[in-house]
Amino acid sequence: MSERGGEGDLAAGPVCPIPISDYPTVQLAHGGGGRLSQMLVERMFVPAFRNPWLEALHDGAVLEVAEGRLAFSTDSFVIRPRFFPGGNIGSLAVHGTVNDVAMCGARPLVISVGLILEEGLPMEELWRIVDSLRSAAEEAGVSVATGDTKVVDRGKGDGIYINTSGLGVVPAGVDLSPRRVRPGDKVLVSGEIGVHGIAIMAVREGLEFDTELESDSAALHGMTAPLVARLGDRLRVLRDPTRGGVSSALNEIAALAGVGFRLDERSLPVGDAVRGACEILGLDPLYVANEGKCLAFVAPEAADEALELLRSHPLGREAVVLGEATQEHPGRVVLRSRIGGERVVDMLSGEQLPRIC
Amino acid sequence: MRYLDEYRDEEGARRFLDAIRRRVTRPWALMEVCGGQTHTLIRSGIDRMLPEEIRLIHGPGCPVCVTPVELIDRAVAIARRADVIFTSFGDMLRVPGTEADLFRVKSEGGDVRVVYSPLDAVKLAAQNPGRQVVFFAVGFETTAPANAMAVHQAKALGLENFSILVSHVLVPPAMEAILSSPSNQVQGFLAAGHVCAVMGYWEYPPIAERHRVPIVVTGFEPLDLLQGIHMLVEALEDGRWGVENQYTRSVTEAGNRPAQELLQKVFRVSDRKWRGIGEIPSSGLALTDEYAAFDAETRFDVGSIEARESPLCIAGEVLQGLRKPRECQAFGRECTPEHPLGAPMVSAEGACAAYFQYGRVET
Repeated sequence: MSERGGEGDLAAGPVCPIPISDYPTVQLAHGGGGRLSQMLVERMFVPAFRNPWLEALHDGAVLEVAEGRLAFSTDSFVIRPRFFPGGNIGSLAVHGTVNDVAMCGARPLVISVGLILEEGLPMEELWRIVDSLRSAAEEAGVSVATGDTKVVDRGKGDGIYINTSGLGVVPAGVDLSPRRVRPGDKVLVSGEIGVHGIAIMAVREGLEFDTELESDSAALHGMTAPLVARLGDRLRVLRDPTRGGVSSALNEIAALAGVGFRLDERSLPVGDAVRGACEILGLDPLYVANEGKCLAFVAPEAADEALELLRSHPLGREAVVLGEATQEHPGRVVLRSRIGGERVVDMLSGEQLPRIC
Repeated sequence: MRYLDEYRDEEGARRFLDAIRRRVTRPWALMEVCGGQTHTLIRSGIDRMLPEEIRLIHGPGCPVCVTPVELIDRAVAIARRADVIFTSFGDMLRVPGTEADLFRVKSEGGDVRVVYSPLDAVKLAAQNPGRQVVFFAVGFETTAPANAMAVHQAKALGLENFSILVSHVLVPPAMEAILSSPSNQVQGFLAAGHVCAVMGYWEYPPIAERHRVPIVVTGFEPLDLLQGIHMLVEALEDGRWGVENQYTRSVTEAGNRPAQELLQKVFRVSDRKWRGIGEIPSSGLALTDEYAAFDAETRFDVGSIEARESPLCIAGEVLQGLRKPRECQAFGRECTPEHPLGAPMVSAEGACAAYFQYGRVET
């Protein structure tokens, strides 16, 4: 018991609050609802996420509801590897859900965190993930209001899975919807595409580049809030192009809005590392996942202002106009190739598979 | 990005297109041999930019597409064994066999892994001495040297738990078979630049001579292809045949000698069945006696597995350039990239998948 860390200041340091000599790895009983579960909650989670809801140690969080509307979203995180350049499964679990709420035009307030741990996960690793959840939530200005932990038998999970749900407040008068996109509207993207997917693939497959590629995982509501506040109904809809990439997001909106989209290959913001990796692996950056980018669909007359607003935020410095909505070819995304030809950019089918040669 | 942007330049593309338009006086049917070239043609929209006299026929140069279905079934049988780690390039996992693909085997608990190089599979074998590691050695002359190197290394390391399931095919015999077919429509070939980077192009002059066709060794970027097409059109309009090299930055007549020597040591030329086309004499590779111990087919005794194809699929005719993917009644209906009936719908290099993914511009 001598190595046990002090209580109360646990979240402040990087040291795991559950001493290695006690439990170096996660045990089944840590999810069993008994003494070990309680220890995990009281020593690790409550101090890390310290807030009145959690400290009440209630079955759920009771939130005061102001007038107005709430945005509600949920997402599960099963990423492999758990740690990657630019983040880990913990920070990603916060950013993913916070961004989904932000894309509804809402200001994210609270999230829930459900952990599914595999027996044998090193306690130190759990702590690093929880610590990163904590700092990501703190930076995003959201509280972890409620949570749950389960432990599954060794071999029945992949170390750790996380589910987060988030609630946010939608400002009065804001009504973002794909159906509001009209022909002529401009599509803006907040920066370079394909970074997260290629960074993960590089770690997973042991690819090396001249410059290390970091995931772009980030909370976006700080960047999108001014668009929501200033553009009014000239902002039609926001989308974060995660799995399936930009192409899937555009195809979904094209189908819902009954418009087409036109892109120009020359104006796609693709950096050298992503482009190089895609060339080698036979992938298309338009299908690669992003975790810190958003697409903003705006009225044509609002494009300049939207671009300026995005660029004035550190996460949107490299924002560009990606393309525009068209009356022609409704439901389809058409790209003008670098040499002036045309092709359809379809939804991703299955997984992107590296080509043979 | 260097070595890419200069070959994707709009101004350059327009110059070649204008030159082709000025020169062409009558219809010509050209075949690009390699699936990578098909991919570029459709992805960059070249197929729609050419004058209507030029008809492109997509050749059989997609290794995923021409791997016979019984090889897939054999792969599935091997991958289902508990003692096996089955390794493959990614796009082979989705190719339908008679009753399952390798993805299905994986979801049922088989240890199927995607690797980016056959040498990674050799490494896996060294790390897992208690298990059998099998690599699915698929492809043309382009992937063959690396696969030969893997077997060569495994032998040098004394790895008895490594083997390869060989489905290697060769380009020149396929071109010969297409030209010899009574229904042949191809009047000129864009030969596959990457194959020639390994093998050189000394094998082609006799083919060009025998069938009196022009063959242009061509690269894979949009401007490479446009230039290759221009060279073919000039030759055809002049009534010339013979072999020319557009892809001089990568290809010499002799090719990569050390790679060819290794190929000769590890592989011997054998008859091969091509999916959708049938058996072509001397069109594939098999392990030489010296390396026969690394043959997964004999090690796991799966050589006798027979297979069945979908009756709807016209992959064979598509691969020979006799019909276009859209002429297939299953295209986009029963057969999609999610549920491929035939291999050309699987790989991004397959003609059907390329049409499905990039070509659907008309509504």
